[in-house]
Amino acid sequence: MATMTNTERSRDGKRRRKKKVGAEGHKWKSQAQQQIYSSKLRQALARVRVGGAERRGKAVREAADRVLAVTAKGRSRWSRAILRSRLKLKFTKHRNKKRHSRSHSKKPRLSVYRLKGKTAPVLQRKVRFLGRLVPGCRKEPLPVILEEAIDYIPALEMQVRAMSTLVNLLAASSSSSTQ
Amino acid sequence: MSSRRSRQQSSSTRISDDQIIDLVSKLRQLVPEIRDRRSDKVSASKVLQETCNYIRSLHREVDDLSERLSQLLATIDADSPEAAIIRSLIN
Repeated sequence: MATMTNTERSRDGKRRRKKKVGAEGHKWKSQAQQQIYSSKLRQALARVRVGGAERRGKAVREAADRVLAVTAKGRSRWSRAILRSRLKLKFTKHRNKKRHSRSHSKKPRLSVYRLKGKTAPVLQRKVRFLGRLVPGCRKEPLPVILEEAIDYIPALEMQVRAMSTLVNLLAASSSSSTQ
Repeated sequence: MSSRRSRQQSSSTRISDDQIIDLVSKLRQLVPEIRDRRSDKVSASKVLQETCNYIRSLHREVDDLSERLSQLLATIDADSPEAAIIRSLIN
């Protein structure tokens, strides 16, 4: 336990290197990842039975997002934010505490990170917009928002692929059963 | 300045322009609108705009698929003899 073998050390190094942006994007394209997501989604959907039509649609969306965050293994801000948001509904005290700790860094850091020159207010607005779209990035500085978006978009694409496949599967099986 | 700078920032506290340019170009590769345009002169503003639009359209697609999924699940619940077979497909 005291001495780490060379292989362990290199594995740790690899894991740390994998944390960089870019390598994360590929994992969402893999078939294996989609399978994992699909099976987790199916399990979650089996539990979403009750409720009227409107509630059920929202419940499905929430389940799909939650499973996506779980599949991300909490390695990204957006996935952690999705998982946290479910807790926020139950524990509002938790939420206030989070607000307070963030207020220290509330100063817009955007002026520090220049994007090929001065950051025009137009750009600032667009970045803020993007920050609102990606979960958990509302108050993050520009580079963080970009990094999160770079991981979030392939994840969303995989979510769409997996859900489309599931919809086609169910539609085909249900239509064949009614014939 | 504040020593709180060194919180969970993964890289150095001072982000270079090059890093940001790199991130923007990575983002450009992801958004199909811009990627297929074959032009090297896409402004950062355009990239951000198209990224926002793309994420919003993906969200809409997921919403749409969620609706359809929920409807399909409802019909499965309704037909009880076939429900068992279909449920085995899901689980």
